[in-house]
Amino acid sequence: NSGVVCLLRPLLLDVVPSIRQTTALALGRLADYDVDLAEAVVKAGILPQLICALPEENRYYKKTAAFVLRAVAKHSPQLAQAIVQCGALEMLVICLEDFDPGVKEGASWAFGYIARHNPELSQAVVDAGAVPLLVLCIQEPEIALKRIAASTLSDISKHSPELAQTVVDAGAIAHLAQMILNPDAKLKRQVLSALSQIAKHSVDLAELVVEAEIFPVVLTCLKDSDEFVKKNGATLIREIAKHTPELSQFIVNSGGVAAVIDCIGSCRGTVRLPGIMTLGYVAAHSENLSMAVIVSKGIPPLCVCLIEEHEDHIKAAAAWALGQIGRHTAEHARHVAVANVLPTLLDIYVDTRSSEDLKMKASIFKALKNILQKCTYLPALEPLLHEAPPNIMKHIIGQFSKVLPHDSKARRLFVTTGGLKKVQEIKAEPGSLLQEYINTINNCYPEEIVR
Amino acid sequence: RRLSKMATVIQKSWRGYLRRKHFREVVERAYFIKKLNFYNQMAVRIQKTWRGYCVRKYIHDFYALKKYLKAVSVNNELVRSELQEYAEMKEKEDKMKDLEKKEKENKYRARKMHYLLSTEQIAGIYNSPFRKSPDPMELLLRKSKPLTHRKQQVKSPFACELYDWPTCKKPPTFVTELPLLPTDRQKPQGPFRDPAEVLWQRYKPLEPTLRVAESSNSPLAKAREESRREEWRSPVHDNKFLPFSSYRKNDEKHEPLLRRSGKYGQEAYGTKHFREVYPEKWIADKDFETLFSSIVLFEKFGKTYSSTGQIV
Repeated sequence: NSGVVCLLRPLLLDVVPSIRQTTALALGRLADYDVDLAEAVVKAGILPQLICALPEENRYYKKTAAFVLRAVAKHSPQLAQAIVQCGALEMLVICLEDFDPGVKEGASWAFGYIARHNPELSQAVVDAGAVPLLVLCIQEPEIALKRIAASTLSDISKHSPELAQTVVDAGAIAHLAQMILNPDAKLKRQVLSALSQIAKHSVDLAELVVEAEIFPVVLTCLKDSDEFVKKNGATLIREIAKHTPELSQFIVNSGGVAAVIDCIGSCRGTVRLPGIMTLGYVAAHSENLSMAVIVSKGIPPLCVCLIEEHEDHIKAAAAWALGQIGRHTAEHARHVAVANVLPTLLDIYVDTRSSEDLKMKASIFKALKNILQKCTYLPALEPLLHEAPPNIMKHIIGQFSKVLPHDSKARRLFVTTGGLKKVQEIKAEPGSLLQEYINTINNCYPEEIVR
Repeated sequence: RRLSKMATVIQKSWRGYLRRKHFREVVERAYFIKKLNFYNQMAVRIQKTWRGYCVRKYIHDFYALKKYLKAVSVNNELVRSELQEYAEMKEKEDKMKDLEKKEKENKYRARKMHYLLSTEQIAGIYNSPFRKSPDPMELLLRKSKPLTHRKQQVKSPFACELYDWPTCKKPPTFVTELPLLPTDRQKPQGPFRDPAEVLWQRYKPLEPTLRVAESSNSPLAKAREESRREEWRSPVHDNKFLPFSSYRKNDEKHEPLLRRSGKYGQEAYGTKHFREVYPEKWIADKDFETLFSSIVLFEKFGKTYSSTGQIV
């Protein structure tokens, strides 16, 4: 801060190469530590001098220069833009073509940090011709280089479908799919995240990823000891499942649903979230798939998630998934109700009335509504009568009014458990739907009981 | 008046005729429409049963759905069991890796602390006299070689991480020379040579013959080569130098094989009998009698155990 950058600047052009290299290392460490220092480095116009004679330098200098660029680019998009504008990308591409794996690693790491911020920067990276070289880097034997190259490809392809298509055109999917079998945990993390970023944009890309024969190998990743490998594997399956019913069907047929359910059961915390969403997407497509999820014992882990987890968004996701499972037919709703989920959902809904989390309330409300509209399993609905708020009460009473006129045993049960009394206590405006339902119920019983 | 009455009669009958014709048409039409409705209803009935059958059999096939769900659950069980196996295998591998590391560490420690081994007079700390048997550390100490100070290289943990145990990525090591023999070896027990002799033999300096020691590029060698060629081109005399005539005298005496040297081919001696028999030289008339003292145990063979309940 005290003019260090200005002092270091002339040393960069020194005759002795080791001085140049040490200066670059110092600049890199300074920029790495703080945003302001990085901005100072950029403002002092050091970057053009750093990279002017890069092709002729030795490999240590190239590595350090790449370190400086990466340290500057990681803080903000503007700094990354500054780096792109001074023509650093071509130099980095030259570094990527070098033989030394350390230089390649530094260059691809710098590319990764640049491409991370926004689509335009990613497009600039792609235009510089980095993608084929990165795909070549992935095939190198050093594991650290593979990791960095995979994470860079993931950062490039996450922004838009065209960028993902560029990455796919360079033939990345086949190599990434091969590397899923590698025993290194961090490499698996990056590879799975890259594949999921590619697959998330469109149906064609997802189908391309599936055609690379990742199933059932991906399922072994769901049993890995590393939490993030499980999370990224579940994310990949989620991105594939969400596009079309055929892809979800394929996942169910290869036993993916069972693996995801086991994965949810064994993890805790945010790691569970992609798995829960996968189940929701699979169940949402059609009732056969939803039945398949139920048959694979999907509902108990979701209930456990609802009860155990403290985070709001995980609870909301679990509620959404249950709603998707239960909304198709009465049979599905019955399975959901039998698992004793509805009281829990109602409790959460009633609890969060006090908090301001509107999105979560809305999602739980929708899930409850979807399930209740199809639920004809009265023993599960009874306990809800006592505690429900009015907008939910409407649906519960509606269901009762649909079932009670036809089933005499249910009518008897309804009276003995005190449900009829509760119904009488509800005050509804005359002419509203609720009043109609109450009238229908009252009409099922003789007059003296009603009084 | 009569005329109007007549006109009314004519008009009446004409209107009646017209109306009857019209009525017939109306009736026919109504009848036709009734028939059509009836046919439509019957057609709907047929179509209804057909649609129900078709949908139940092909589009929303209940039994196929049930079979599919059963297949899905069976497949899930399979997948779950396989994944469980995989997880167990990985756990085992991890445990093995940990165990090996610990063992290596223990061995290294034992080698470093070799001085803690108990001697005959003084019991070491791991060999307390109050214990029934020595501590496992004591046994390790007995087994391990003491660490010399030269072998202090510690592998950096970063190198350990790169060359991981399961990925087998050690760089290849090439053998450049034979390992040096330690000079203070004891003679191991068994038919082995004295270590001093072995060392002398191993480190014997090379003593090449004069011919080998001479380089073929020296001017002397070249001159010799020259003279040899000269000799070959124009020899002094053409006959090869023959050895003396009695040189191979002993070789030419051919001793026949014993096998074939019988009168009519193979002799029975050596195969059929080994002793020469000359009956005219015998003192008595009879040949030797073979008398073999019986072994008592063998006499009892088959007779000690009862056969079919009889005790012998």
